[in-house]
Amino acid sequence: MKKTLLTPEKIVKKLKDAFKDKIKETRIETRKAGQKKKEYTNIWIKIHRDAFKKCVKYITDKIDYPHLAVVSGNDLGKNIELIYHFSVYYGHRLGEISINISVDLPKEDPRIESICDIIPGALITEREKQEMLGVIVEGIPDSRRFFIPDDFPEGIYPWRKDEKGPQKFVRDLYEGDKK
Amino acid sequence: MKTTYTLPIGPIHPALKEPVMFEFEIDGEKIVNVDVKAGQVHRGIEWIGTQRNPIQILYLAERICGICNISHPFAYCRAVEYIADVEVPEKAEYIRVIIAELERIHSHILWAGVAAHEVGFDSVLYLSWRLRENVMDLIEYLTGNRVTKAMFTIGGVRRDITKDQYPKIENTIKYYRENMGKLKHVFLDDKTFKLRCRDCGILTKDNALKLCAVGPTTRASGVKKDVRVDQAYSAYGDLDIDYITPDILTGEVKGDVYDRIVVRLLEVEQSLDLIEQCLDRMPTSGNIAVEEKIPKLLATLKKVEGEGIGRHEAPRGEVIHYVKLTGEEHPYTWKVRAPTYNNILPWIPMLLGEQIADIPIVAASTDPCLSCTNRVAIVENGKKNILTGEDLHRLSVEKTRRLMRK
Repeated sequence: MKKTLLTPEKIVKKLKDAFKDKIKETRIETRKAGQKKKEYTNIWIKIHRDAFKKCVKYITDKIDYPHLAVVSGNDLGKNIELIYHFSVYYGHRLGEISINISVDLPKEDPRIESICDIIPGALITEREKQEMLGVIVEGIPDSRRFFIPDDFPEGIYPWRKDEKGPQKFVRDLYEGDKK
Repeated sequence: MKTTYTLPIGPIHPALKEPVMFEFEIDGEKIVNVDVKAGQVHRGIEWIGTQRNPIQILYLAERICGICNISHPFAYCRAVEYIADVEVPEKAEYIRVIIAELERIHSHILWAGVAAHEVGFDSVLYLSWRLRENVMDLIEYLTGNRVTKAMFTIGGVRRDITKDQYPKIENTIKYYRENMGKLKHVFLDDKTFKLRCRDCGILTKDNALKLCAVGPTTRASGVKKDVRVDQAYSAYGDLDIDYITPDILTGEVKGDVYDRIVVRLLEVEQSLDLIEQCLDRMPTSGNIAVEEKIPKLLATLKKVEGEGIGRHEAPRGEVIHYVKLTGEEHPYTWKVRAPTYNNILPWIPMLLGEQIADIPIVAASTDPCLSCTNRVAIVENGKKNILTGEDLHRLSVEKTRRLMRK
């Protein structure tokens, strides 16, 4: 069965129609490359966390089964931003569209729903976000650490830029030797 | 009642370089459960990157991995160029593709050798690595180095490939065209190889999709996913390229270890073809970088704000870098995702139901950029027996010999 491929504009419109004011911001960016100046597109979407999981489900059901590359994260001061890098329409020559969905989580309540039941391959990157940024992924099938060793102190998150970050560790690198 | 026991393998492990920890639940010889733990070599590279400026990160990115030392700078440069909206000169795009494809050739042949070693065919290991030397020589000739090639800069490349260098490239392509048939014959027509690799370590198409597998691992299961084909980046948009799946050669997709060998060997031939296309189409004149003076480039980059992703199809699969710049000396965030990250979960369905002696070849079949053999501890009734990496390798070799005698 041949799928009809939606244009990036149509994808954004579909998502906006489905989630209305839950979508705070959308950007469609294209870049050209090579001699023939063929284009590729990135879609950036900022969505409210309540609608995030529904949005992933919507993309899976109505657009294409997305490939989740990774989740990256930013410490933005008051909030933690998670960016889910999806791509759809892979398997079509030059047809792939990257969809980057970002979600802001307030630091006092950094909860986000797990998407492992939709995309089981999200497990490792969700575990990484828990240990690196201190977010709480609700409903994650396995919440152990993945990269950070078990003897690393609790409550320190290497990607944070606030007091929970690793700065003290780096500054006092030789503390361990003094004992 | 049957009892199972736990078999921890790692943190130093049978497949390849670098550590990863496996915990197998074993029922007799059969694997009934698998758990993977990583992070033994977590070096905090992303954090180090946020203490450096965008040019310095290039050198760090290159040293993330010895084999993918083009793939990481490629993805990183693409991310920064995306943010700054830099259009790379056409000639540089072609040089990038040539170097990246040379890297794929050497990486896949290196892997083929390792795979042969894992099943106990060391003469094949030497044969493949002997073949690999030629492309390493060419890489050294073009870039000045065998491993860390330092070819990339933001907005272009650092060294040109000139017309008088073409004959050497063409000679190497000719050499591989003559010898790939032999390598394919050794790997794909051998009866014992087939016995060890056919229907072993199967990853179904459904699992490959759901577990977000990348690279040859996912293509061997029939998922058409290859950034080079999917996205018009660098010169790949101009070139004639298609997805490599095992049915091209064998007429069917099984998703086993054998299929993963097929895909990689076919991709070596595809890379030769791509390099030839590049030589044909590459402009002979023009700049190779938008700005050759590094301080000037850095000054521009320090003013740039925004976020972007850069992706590239490394030999092992898609590598993606996310960069956020805030108009300061250092990037605000730098996230690196290497292909093996996504190929960890697919190991689990591959290994379930297989035998202990199959662990090395199945684990190696995703071409993990992670780990290497040292010791294995078998915990049985509270007693601990340490199996060395050599023991595990011996088990694998013995299985091959057993099959050969049959």
